[in-house]
Amino acid sequence: MKYVIIGNSAAAVGAIEGIRQVDKDGGIVVISKEKYHTYSRPLISYLIQGKVTEDKMYYRPLSFYEENNCKVMLGEEAVRIIPDKKEVELKGGKSVKYDKLLVATGSKPFIVPTEGLDGVENKFTFMSYDDAKSLEASITPDTRVLIVGAGLIGLKCAEGLNKKVKSITVVDLADRVLSSILDEKGSEIMKKHLENAGIEIILSDSVKAYEKNMATLNSGRKVPFDILVIAIGVRPNVELVKEAGGKVNRGIVTDEFQMTSIKDVYAAGDCTESLDISCNEQKILALLPNAYMQGEVAGKNMAGDKVKYEKAIPMNAIGFFGLHIITAGSYRGESYEFIGENSYKRLFINDNRLVGYIMIGEINRAGIYTSLIKDKVDLSTIDMGLLLQKPNLMMFPKDVRKQKLGVGHR
Amino acid sequence: MNEEWCLGCHLCEYFCAFVNSGEKYMPKAFALNRQNVPNITVEEGDRINFAVNCRQCDEPLCKKGCITGAISVKDGVVTIDTEKCVGCFTCILSCPYGAVVPNKEGKAAKKCELCISNGGIPACVTNCPNRAIVLEEVY
Repeated sequence: MKYVIIGNSAAAVGAIEGIRQVDKDGGIVVISKEKYHTYSRPLISYLIQGKVTEDKMYYRPLSFYEENNCKVMLGEEAVRIIPDKKEVELKGGKSVKYDKLLVATGSKPFIVPTEGLDGVENKFTFMSYDDAKSLEASITPDTRVLIVGAGLIGLKCAEGLNKKVKSITVVDLADRVLSSILDEKGSEIMKKHLENAGIEIILSDSVKAYEKNMATLNSGRKVPFDILVIAIGVRPNVELVKEAGGKVNRGIVTDEFQMTSIKDVYAAGDCTESLDISCNEQKILALLPNAYMQGEVAGKNMAGDKVKYEKAIPMNAIGFFGLHIITAGSYRGESYEFIGENSYKRLFINDNRLVGYIMIGEINRAGIYTSLIKDKVDLSTIDMGLLLQKPNLMMFPKDVRKQKLGVGHR
Repeated sequence: MNEEWCLGCHLCEYFCAFVNSGEKYMPKAFALNRQNVPNITVEEGDRINFAVNCRQCDEPLCKKGCITGAISVKDGVVTIDTEKCVGCFTCILSCPYGAVVPNKEGKAAKKCELCISNGGIPACVTNCPNRAIVLEEVY
């Protein structure tokens, strides 16, 4: 059996580890556009911040490919999948044969065409190791940075650059920060926290036009900058599957075994759609844990196992300047809010199930809430007083508790 | 963990924090401003108490979700490389037992590693006065 994987990030690593749990011998070929040993994408902000050194960027040890008997083709780009021939064509004309193929092509930054953008010399996106390296090489203590997008990527970039540059201004069209993962109250808390750290945040506004070192916003406000970072959002890399005739909506569509509509072609990670079981909707869940777990399931199935990936939900753990956020699920139904001195918590209950939560500041044991969402636990079996108080195992009935305390996740 | 036998005395928490603190003398591990965090948590109820620590899962969700690759399984023990951990706490988000905690500086995650680096016999087990905490391999 010959496995081919396009991509070299979390989903690809998940697939390699998944395949090797089932098949120790089959050859694995990894085709990677980037020239690096598999690295952790979210660490790029820690890298520019100086909290992580280059040797700690790697997602798996340097012996990983060898230990897993993988042939790695770094710096090679897959340009076409030919399902009839079971072949992947590479840029430059070479091709690679597969028996089972995984598409783990991730996502790319989304850039809104804006007047004058082409004329901006120092513009960056913030997705890859190379992005981080070139951004780092371009800043000085006198640099004024403009970041477009107050989402996870834009604000992590802002945190990484803070104290290394003269000023950071973040602009977002939304009326609040981190709008994809927080509610209004949560956004307000984080905005204040970020501003206290010295980051300027402009909301409900967007860039109308760029001149060389000046952005004019729709409100008329002018923001001078030396470096522009575009962090509006990401779009899944679906082209390979789409052009090969596979089903694609916003992301690549797979079944619960992670197989695309093309036989023997699987997909996992940010390029795919998942079924968010907290609200029963197809979504692109561009999150590292999701990518790894999809990849692992894909790998196992490619190697002949029959396992489903059926517990996907949105979930995020992220911190800014020492203030931690953990969120999961969807924010609908009845909600319960708790505001502490340095913390905020909101739980969402729908159809007698916990479907989502937001925790800021106090995040201990949040995973117990996550498990309630993923296991779709019927709350009539749960001590509601305890559930609302804080995450604990005492809220479960005795038999469930005993099971949890006796054996682990097997 | 046998909840019927747990007294809720918290000795497991103290011994855990002590043996993992690197201190040789117990009071020093708890001196002012040195609050060492245990890897085991006692939950107290009206009549029931129990301690929760890592279940050393066969399919550890903390490891699968870890964004840096800091979590690995060595000889059945789920281990966090604190040098690689950046303290994003995706493991805390992922663990269904609430068994991963921030370290005392809040900069990295930590968890029970069965005292493998402290002689191999978990301090919570040896110091549980009512033998509520036992070390058993579960298949």
